[in-house]
Amino acid sequence: MADWIYACETGDIDEEDLIRFDHAGATYAIYHSPEGKFYATAGKCTHEDVHLADGLVMDHLIECPKHNGQFDYRTGEAKRAPVCVHLKTYPVKVEGSRVFIQVA
Amino acid sequence: MAKRDYSLLGPDGQRAVETGLAAAEWYHTEVPRKEMKALMQRSDQPAIRDTILLYGAMILLCGAGIALWPSWWSAPFWLAYGVLYGSASDSRWHECGHGTAFKTPWMNNAVYEIASFMIMRNSATWRWSHARHHTDTYIVGRDPEIAVMRPPAFAKLVLGFFGLPDAASYLPRMLYNAFIGLTPEEKTYVPQSEWPKVVRVARISTAIYAAVIALSLWMHSLLPLMVIGLPRLYGAWHHVMTGLLQHGGLADNVIDHRLNSRTVYMNPVSRFIYWNMNYHVEHHMFPMVPYHALPRLHEAIRHDLPAPCPSIPAAVAEMWPALKRQLAYEDYFLKRDLPATARPYREDFHAAALGHPLPAAE
Repeated sequence: MADWIYACETGDIDEEDLIRFDHAGATYAIYHSPEGKFYATAGKCTHEDVHLADGLVMDHLIECPKHNGQFDYRTGEAKRAPVCVHLKTYPVKVEGSRVFIQVA
Repeated sequence: MAKRDYSLLGPDGQRAVETGLAAAEWYHTEVPRKEMKALMQRSDQPAIRDTILLYGAMILLCGAGIALWPSWWSAPFWLAYGVLYGSASDSRWHECGHGTAFKTPWMNNAVYEIASFMIMRNSATWRWSHARHHTDTYIVGRDPEIAVMRPPAFAKLVLGFFGLPDAASYLPRMLYNAFIGLTPEEKTYVPQSEWPKVVRVARISTAIYAAVIALSLWMHSLLPLMVIGLPRLYGAWHHVMTGLLQHGGLADNVIDHRLNSRTVYMNPVSRFIYWNMNYHVEHHMFPMVPYHALPRLHEAIRHDLPAPCPSIPAAVAEMWPALKRQLAYEDYFLKRDLPATARPYREDFHAAALGHPLPAAE
């Protein structure tokens, strides 16, 4: 079982927004949903090598800043072209004000 | 530099991949996250208003043209209708293709499909072609939407104002897509999962044009084609004019949109037709910002951009001599000065990706 990695404080991410989190040479995106839950996905779009952290969160969608492809960040499902390949997601837990993600 | 090969299957494209010029990380002006989030916010209201205005005006102008047909008094109405059909459809195709015009996805998709048909673009193919244009803007051999290749083909440019090269390219391709499938070049940027959609769209378009032509023959009149099809020719001039200004005479094979794109201040009518794409550096740098927020984005980052051209005539006056010089010297391009507040161009970065120094520019 992979370790839980401390990623950020809950207050570091506005609701309906995301931040970039780099760890061990990999990049992730941590999301704060409108209902106050936290999610984590791979940090780059599956279409091209673009950081999602510069994108726009709308409800439960993250839109890539380069080509406007969209994913559901809760499931990683690709929702709008040009993205076709789903985004990898990671388990998240919140302890107090600390957000952890479990990376494989 | 050797003669440019614009084929997507040619050596220039291959070299761009090998050197890292393709799919590179591009220069961006720094904008605070909160400010950018506000600029990116979507809204249905501006696009609904503009769409009602556009389609309402088209119905009125077309109705007047039909009522006065075949008198020459119908000509002004057709000319105005043609610009809305053959030029405003370009910007609607563009903005709705990005999915930024409306907040509601089905509205973007509906206007995108209608506009794609009017502008004679396969809606499935061109979604991918435009994605590549944003990934590799004016990277030779990678960007399938380079409007002015070097050396410029002036006869083709002039014919473009009447939509002829586009129609001559689109119609055989529509039939090829409908009856045979995708071309080898299309297969380089359209994912295989989308190929059936390309064929389906081509068949629907073929059926519509066949019906319009049949109706014209049956009526012994051009009138049906004046409504559907021909406006793409007689109304193309505005989108060709604004399209040439986007990148014409500027650099290619660079990864800084300030070097290869042009922002032009335009009159309100042209901005309505063009849906604010005159803020073209801004659009390429931040394609998630909807058309209605581009003026605000322009104000936010203009300190880091070359001064915009003050008008369409000024932009043409800047571009045209550069195109003429490219006839004799393909490597020539315009390099606009940056304001003192801007971060400098990183020419060394492009040069390293190309494997040699950039040509001298004036």
